[in-house]
Amino acid sequence: MTVKSTARARKKAAPAVPDTLRATGTDAQPELVQLLTPEGERVEHPDYPLTTTPEELRSLYRDLVLVRRFDGEATALQRQGELGLWASLLGQEAAQVGSGRAMRTGDYAFPTYREHGVAWCRDVDPLNLLGMFRGVNHGGWDPNEKNFHLYTIVIGAQTLHATGYAMGITKDGADDAVIAYFGDGASSQGDVNEAFTFASVYNAPVVFFCQNNQWAISEPTTTQTKIPLYRRASGFGFPGVRVDGNDVLACLAVTRWALDHARSGNGPVLIEAFTYRMGAHTTSDDPTRYRLAEETEAWKAKDPILRLRTLLEKEGLADEEFFAAVDAESEQLGLRVREGVRSMPDPDPTLIFDHVYSEPHALVDEERAEYVEYAASFEAGENH
Amino acid sequence: MAGQLSIAKALNEALRKSLENDPKTLLMGEDIGKLGGVFRITDGLQKDFGEDRVIDSPLAESGIMGTAIGLALRGYRPVVEIQFDGFVYPAFDQIVSQLAKMHARALGHVKMPVTVRIPYAGGIGAVEHHSESHEAYFAHTAGLRVVTPSNAHDAHWMLRQAIESDDPVIFLEPKRRYWDKGEVGAAADLGLHDARIVRPGTDATLIAYGPMVKVCLEAAAAAEEDGRRLEVVDLRSLSPVDFTTLEESVKRTGRAVVVHEAPVFLGMGAELAARLTERCFYHLEAPVLRVGGYYAPYPPSRVEEAFLPDLDRVLDAVDRALAY
Ligand SMILES: Cc1ncc(C[n+]2csc(CCOP(=O)(O)OP(=O)(O)O)c2C)c(N)n1
Repeated sequence: MTVKSTARARKKAAPAVPDTLRATGTDAQPELVQLLTPEGERVEHPDYPLTTTPEELRSLYRDLVLVRRFDGEATALQRQGELGLWASLLGQEAAQVGSGRAMRTGDYAFPTYREHGVAWCRDVDPLNLLGMFRGVNHGGWDPNEKNFHLYTIVIGAQTLHATGYAMGITKDGADDAVIAYFGDGASSQGDVNEAFTFASVYNAPVVFFCQNNQWAISEPTTTQTKIPLYRRASGFGFPGVRVDGNDVLACLAVTRWALDHARSGNGPVLIEAFTYRMGAHTTSDDPTRYRLAEETEAWKAKDPILRLRTLLEKEGLADEEFFAAVDAESEQLGLRVREGVRSMPDPDPTLIFDHVYSEPHALVDEERAEYVEYAASFEAGENH
Repeated sequence: MAGQLSIAKALNEALRKSLENDPKTLLMGEDIGKLGGVFRITDGLQKDFGEDRVIDSPLAESGIMGTAIGLALRGYRPVVEIQFDGFVYPAFDQIVSQLAKMHARALGHVKMPVTVRIPYAGGIGAVEHHSESHEAYFAHTAGLRVVTPSNAHDAHWMLRQAIESDDPVIFLEPKRRYWDKGEVGAAADLGLHDARIVRPGTDATLIAYGPMVKVCLEAAAAAEEDGRRLEVVDLRSLSPVDFTTLEESVKRTGRAVVVHEAPVFLGMGAELAARLTERCFYHLEAPVLRVGGYYAPYPPSRVEEAFLPDLDRVLDAVDRALAY
């Protein structure tokens, strides 16, 4: 196990908590933090200044497009029977790319099962993500390679792993930070609330990043909470911020601030990225049974990719050649994913017995031997 | 180390040695700091190793388990104390769905060297949720190792072995034996998963673990007065089970009685009886019998003696086995 102790002294100078966002418990609802309007206008926010070069903006655009393409390809592959299930991130690209790009190399992400965009930002090979949805493994990648933990399906469980990991960072005296991703539905789980308590009392450098995509399968956010989710933080004693989750720049700026806040020894932050799940919960879901088409239509107007493209075009920051190049890259990614999935081999059945334990276990060894003998008896039979 | 120590003190010393030997080892749990745990197993450790290594945690079992998993991912070796058996259930999901499976889900890329210490089982006259035997739930879950010592020597060395294991270990402490004293040897004499023949005999094998080993030794002593020589095997490990030792014993004696506190139905005894029947069928003179708790919630303390296997119930089962 590698321990990422940089042994660097933790900076004690705290980035100030913006006054408007101190968790005060008042009823005043701060507006969403927004830096890029749905119409593609850059706006300033007093607490979250962000300077971006044209190249950075183009790079974020590329991320958004490629992540959407990857996701669309996976949905199609599920329809073609190549994947057993897919949990699409459609509509949530900005929340994931913005927060993902706010991380530094030593930071660590603990995802749910929908953080394909964050994985992209952590440079995890997209094909790795498909193994569990194809049914060839339950995760499979080495979390420590890119500091991106395995997908977690039990709702909210990973927020505790993230918090424990962050407690370890503090013990190591490192100045890294952790992001724990979860959904609005997960906010009701005990584990998420226990994670808030542990993170708060141990001042753990963890940013809780809640993507409020308005739905938990068929249940609206109002079934989980009577108050805006970001305000949960105040009860646990740390700041909560609500950000426009379809605004990649705001997500980037706020998450960067929150990670710095956490890594400087000021404890956790809760970010509620206010966004929308444009597709079904998973490919097995039928959203027409519980939500109105008008709602989805209204959110279409807030599309995270379109608004960045409008900005790039309006300000003359990208030309046709750039957009064409991104489209071409997107085609290539689609092709790579398609071919990669189709040629993904089924594991040898003895995988069942691999890695149950890291040290030998008599029962597992015995059952493996039994299975091998049993399987061999069929092969022997074929030769008759 | 040599000398007579109580099981509680032997465990305390094991924790101390583990903390000394490896700076990545941490203790976490409720009241384990100043108080030294409700059974004082961690007595004095926070004073000597600091609040950073011996951590009083919030009252949240899932939180304790889940953050221990995160600490293990970061390279730490957490030893978690669950205050009492009946309070591990809020952490059950983190244990069986996360802790047990992480290594497999990562195809071996991460290890989960987490030890979960649980004072378990009854006999101390406690209120409800303080006397349960839940070993079968854990032993049923692949990915966990489950062990339980019955004497001071094993308590010490098995705990040290558990903490050194790269796999998650559920370490069940027979709480009613905490104050029993015994000699703690200078080194481990068995692997963590080896059974031990604690009393040799020829007429039948009594198989027990944790708190019931003492009851079975007493039964064997009483039986000797009637001229019956019972062999007693201390299982020590519930996953994996040392079937080699069991099989050899049962083949020699031809009869076996499994004794545990947990309800008989679907308990460890069911598994042991089934496997021993498969392996020793032609050597058995009688079916493998089981003695254990009834299929009822652990009872109020005034009637727990009726629930718990005692010397007479064990001897009755031996009579039945010998009558075949
Ligand atoms: C403990 C648990 N209960 C139920 C489920 C089934 N389930 C899977 S996703 C989901 C909804 C989660 O909603 P939310 O947290 O808002 O995340 P989203 O999927 O919308 O991103 C449910 C109920 C589960 N995976 N885990």
